[in-house]
Amino acid sequence: MTIYGPAETIELQINMESIRLAVQPGLSLMRLLRERLGLTGTRCGCENGDCGACTVLLAGVPVKSCMVLAVECAGQAIRTIEGLRDHPLQRAFTAEQGFQCGFCTSGMIMNAVALLEAHPQPDEAADREWLQSNLCRCTGYEGIRRALARARREMAEDRGG
Amino acid sequence: MKTFNSIGTSPLRADAAAKTGGTLRYTDDRVRPGTLQAAVLASPYAHARITAIDTAAARRAPGVRGVFTGADWPEVLIGLYLGDKPPLARGAVRYYGEPVAVVVADDEAAALAALRLLEVQFEPLPTLASPSAALAAGAAVLHPALADYRRIPAILPEPGSNVANRTRIRKGDAAAVFATAEAAGAVVMEGCFSFPPGDHVAMEPRAVLAEYGLDGRLTVASSTQSPFGVRTLLAKALGLPERDIVVRAAPVGGGFGGKAGIQLEPLAALLALRFPGRPVRLTNTRELDLLSSPGRPGLESYVRLAARPDGELLALDMDLLFDSGAYADYAVNVSRAAAAACTGPYRVPHVRVDSLCVYTNHPFATAFRGFGHIELSYATERAMDLLAERLGMDPAELRRRNAILPGDTTPTGASLDASTGDLPACIDAVRRRLDWTAGTRSVQADGKVRAKGLACFWKAPAIPTFTEAAATVSFAEDGSVCLATGVVEIGQGTHDGLRLLVAEALAMDPGLVRVINEVDTDLSPHDWTTAASRSLFMAGRAALQAVEDATGQIRQTAAAVLRCPPEDLAVGGGRVCLRDDPERGLPLAALVLGYVYPDGNAVGGPVIGRGRYIARHLSGMDPASGAGRPGLEWTMGAEGVEIELDPRDGRLRVLRSACAMDVGTVVHPALARAQVVGAMGMGIGYATREAFQFDSHEAVVNGSLRDYKILRYGEDPQYFIDFVETPQGDGPYGARGLGEQGIIGMPGALAQAVSTAAGVQLCELPLTPEYIWRSMRAARNKTEGQA
Ligand code: FES
Ligand code: FES
Repeated sequence: MTIYGPAETIELQINMESIRLAVQPGLSLMRLLRERLGLTGTRCGCENGDCGACTVLLAGVPVKSCMVLAVECAGQAIRTIEGLRDHPLQRAFTAEQGFQCGFCTSGMIMNAVALLEAHPQPDEAADREWLQSNLCRCTGYEGIRRALARARREMAEDRGG
Repeated sequence: MKTFNSIGTSPLRADAAAKTGGTLRYTDDRVRPGTLQAAVLASPYAHARITAIDTAAARRAPGVRGVFTGADWPEVLIGLYLGDKPPLARGAVRYYGEPVAVVVADDEAAALAALRLLEVQFEPLPTLASPSAALAAGAAVLHPALADYRRIPAILPEPGSNVANRTRIRKGDAAAVFATAEAAGAVVMEGCFSFPPGDHVAMEPRAVLAEYGLDGRLTVASSTQSPFGVRTLLAKALGLPERDIVVRAAPVGGGFGGKAGIQLEPLAALLALRFPGRPVRLTNTRELDLLSSPGRPGLESYVRLAARPDGELLALDMDLLFDSGAYADYAVNVSRAAAAACTGPYRVPHVRVDSLCVYTNHPFATAFRGFGHIELSYATERAMDLLAERLGMDPAELRRRNAILPGDTTPTGASLDASTGDLPACIDAVRRRLDWTAGTRSVQADGKVRAKGLACFWKAPAIPTFTEAAATVSFAEDGSVCLATGVVEIGQGTHDGLRLLVAEALAMDPGLVRVINEVDTDLSPHDWTTAASRSLFMAGRAALQAVEDATGQIRQTAAAVLRCPPEDLAVGGGRVCLRDDPERGLPLAALVLGYVYPDGNAVGGPVIGRGRYIARHLSGMDPASGAGRPGLEWTMGAEGVEIELDPRDGRLRVLRSACAMDVGTVVHPALARAQVVGAMGMGIGYATREAFQFDSHEAVVNGSLRDYKILRYGEDPQYFIDFVETPQGDGPYGARGLGEQGIIGMPGALAQAVSTAAGVQLCELPLTPEYIWRSMRAARNKTEGQA
């Protein structure tokens, strides 16, 4: 078990940029992103691990950033919605009404980014297992489902599939 | 049929880049450094006297700037229609989660730590667990001062009881019909249908940033659907003039009615007043958002329906008891709206309905998508099902036979005009989508049962008779257009719809029309509230008038330059030109800020179009009979589902769902569909899993998203959406509201389908596996007992 001091200086890579900063051991990754770095695209819907709005990629793996301590991320690469630009999923969410209010969207897209990497082929069971951790109150999930399919198609075409 | 240029197309949402890129800033993404943080202590009791609060230790805690209790504001009462709620509990708590005290500190951790140092002594009191318990003789009266509360005249509380509002509908003579029904060979059905209260669960918890400036002005940034409403209500509650208050509404992360009216703003404002010059942040945790802030009402209903043997409805007798929880908030108008629509979309000549908003010790209720119509619809649709069963009739056929049509009158006696939607067409469309004629119940090889259900709905906006909207249209140097309204973006996409209306009116590329998506009560045109599915209609009408005004100014300037009467000119395609000689004209860019002649002389000046709209021909409801015209327009439709039930354990899957709705002209088809689909998904959650669960002392036991389950990915069915387009005569290009409606019929349709599958009429919600299984077992035991 690691014992942390009152403030730890850690180094992180956030959206491909290295950054060094001192953090309290009790600070969550979500609060670090939102409150210290101004990356408010990571949303807070529950701060209890239940809604998925705060999902980011930690070393490529989707995590609920409200459930991860910033100090645990030392030396690791983090990707937030702000690090995603013109991704097929972003275009697909736009084209297919994958969002309405947009509050779940950052987390939903970040989770889907990893999902499509792990499951490039359509796989209803996998989609269900992955995306059940992200709540959306607006869309009834139809637009999200379609966006996923569209992004998969587009990415397969890009791979020349 | 009229052809349009922009209307009926589905351009991408203007907010797509910001929402898919994470750069959109909701209210709580705008916290400035140095902001004071407020944390709320919620009551652990649903009903208790507060005998003492010791704040000394909390006050001394590091970083704490202030600790406040109800005693700090002994006079303040907040309410939308009925001022019954103190900003913090005073003397007693009336629901589990009621704010008791608030700590203001330099940072959130300090505020939360200090909360734990507060010592509150409660003396628990007996709780009122349902509307009927609250109405029983001898029940404790939760609001002894009900008679003294400030209220609007349309709300009729009954002091000395727990009735916060009663609305009566009396049409024809229902009592006489029921008295002679059996003798006359009519069929009478009697039923009781109910469900507990629940929550909106907008994904963005409510957030407020308030600051009392040194200039004496109060600035409130809030995740609100009602910036102008908040300004007025704050002014009333705090005794400040409206001119000293500015309310700002950033785009909202989901509203569903839960952010209409007035919410956290008064408490945040009161705190800000204590710390002039410093911003104060009051943001709900998810738990507070579920429990302390209002949810949606529960319902108990007692319904009797009489019909002729051929199914023609004769009379309705009904008591609707809305569980408003501890405070009235919007629920007093929710119960009234339900009364105004009480027959559902059916022709019923004789009606006796009392709709009551009842205080209980549950979390209090506010507006919720459907505004009384979802509750009402569940009661009437269940009643129709039970009646169909007694008549031995197909439930869809019974509905079609009684569908309300133009020329009929509503329960309040208002006549339905040519704009009335085509309900039979909607019913037929849903039946087609679900292959209704192929049968509504079948047992699968694996023992699971598939069944279908169909329900109808209607909804009118429950709005003040003087509900209004305003808009301005201005131009940039490049000739592009900027529309300003007071409509809040809550996900519904009204701004995209408005953009199409303006583009249509200017015969212009929608890409050249920008709609401001933030509201600031100092800067934005006035707008009643972003609620009641009336924004596209009313702000749309205002926007069209603003375009009219702007084009008038453009033509006037152009007339001077082109040396012709202004009426010879037409605006379109980014130009103004002679109607009979379109080659002769000018680009808008050369005119909209004033025209400059080659010699430098200039005429005109910046064009600014003004538009406004106010509801027409609305009236209140007569207190004795409900007679009046409260409904702006009626959107009608039918919904259906196909479900699969596992009779062994009561588990349920929704396979297909269909909605057909008469929305008038469809302005933005993709967004219209998305709204309806989203509402249907919410309706599935409402009907099958969502509700607060209470312990024996009315404490909520599922007060987090771990336990309060909403629909998840993979539980969504296939959605079929059909629009019927009977134009709304006074709507913008014939459009009417559709944002809420898709939820309304879902509980009824699901209850019918599941009841059909289970072989027993299920009269409560939510339709959880336990409830279904228990009901099936009870029915089996009963038949076995009889056998
Ligand atoms: S905010 Fe992290 S899961 Fe909800
Ligand atoms: S878009 Fe609003 S919660 Fe998903």
